[in-house]
Amino acid sequence: MKLSNLETFCLILADSNLILGHRLSEWCGHGPELEQDIALINVSLDLIGQSRSLYQHIAKNGETEDDIAYLRDAKDFKNHLLCEIPNGHFGDTIIRQFLYDSFHYFLLEGLTKCKNNFLRGYALKSIKEVQYHLKHSGNWSIRLGDGTNESHNKLQESLNNIWAYTPEMFELNTPEIQFYEKLGLNKDKIKNNWINHTNNVLREATLKIPESNWGQSGGKTGQHTEHLGFILAEMQHVRRSYPDAKNW
Amino acid sequence: MSTNNEWPLWEVFLRTKKGLNHKHVGSIHAADEEMAIENARDVYTRRNEGISIWVVESSHIHASSPSEQESLFDAANDKVYRHPTFYNIPDEVGHI
Repeated sequence: MKLSNLETFCLILADSNLILGHRLSEWCGHGPELEQDIALINVSLDLIGQSRSLYQHIAKNGETEDDIAYLRDAKDFKNHLLCEIPNGHFGDTIIRQFLYDSFHYFLLEGLTKCKNNFLRGYALKSIKEVQYHLKHSGNWSIRLGDGTNESHNKLQESLNNIWAYTPEMFELNTPEIQFYEKLGLNKDKIKNNWINHTNNVLREATLKIPESNWGQSGGKTGQHTEHLGFILAEMQHVRRSYPDAKNW
Repeated sequence: MSTNNEWPLWEVFLRTKKGLNHKHVGSIHAADEEMAIENARDVYTRRNEGISIWVVESSHIHASSPSEQESLFDAANDKVYRHPTFYNIPDEVGHI
């Protein structure tokens, strides 16, 4: 199936939100504190809700958002690899979340002024939620990074482990660059905002940003880590086992 | 203050809309006031329940004693002049 540039753009964002939302949902009942259990699930629900409106927008020929979310295989998913990395401990989840939230926030900020009506409306609605996500994960990064020796060391390790998955968020191929230009979306500004914000917060968290610029990518072209298959097996199981169950 | 590693308890008050008072809705645990506001937001205001949050550390609240129930609250209701029941309040006044 050949996708238009708009469809590809929406799928990358929707799949990233859905997969990360699913990852966060795995915390349900396992959060370190009741309040943080609820907080992570709130973020999860926000992200899944956002992916839903993007899927609805690109659904065609009688497809629904459920068909797109539940009936595609791993190679058709375009989420950033960062979003499918396992939760690990609370600090791993927080760092993953912070690095994504910062990207997500500045992308949406750009989209609120873009030339596509749907994406502009979508961004204006979503950015309010994501602003809170960013505050939440940023505050926790600072608390844990600038906390006890143990929490600091754990968080530094989390950052070192996941850092290689960040460059992918800013890698754009030629059609993507053209689409960004058509939207009036400044890719360099998004990246610079991300660098500035993550630098500021991580510095306050007394964490050292890894020096390596090497990045692992492939998510946007369907080349995923071994983890995505397991996520999809769990997430899509009910829908695929009971294809006629329409009301659930 | 708790003596173990648990976070202190905070009481949460919500104002549901402009003009109304903050009302007690429940309690949460948090390490400090900033986290308390965020936790209260996540636990109590996700369905448009409020427009403003107050949090107060529970240890700062002093309560009356249940054993003083009678002496404090059992007022003599036969003294009608104690109750402002002889006035009609116009609807426009709203919440007072």
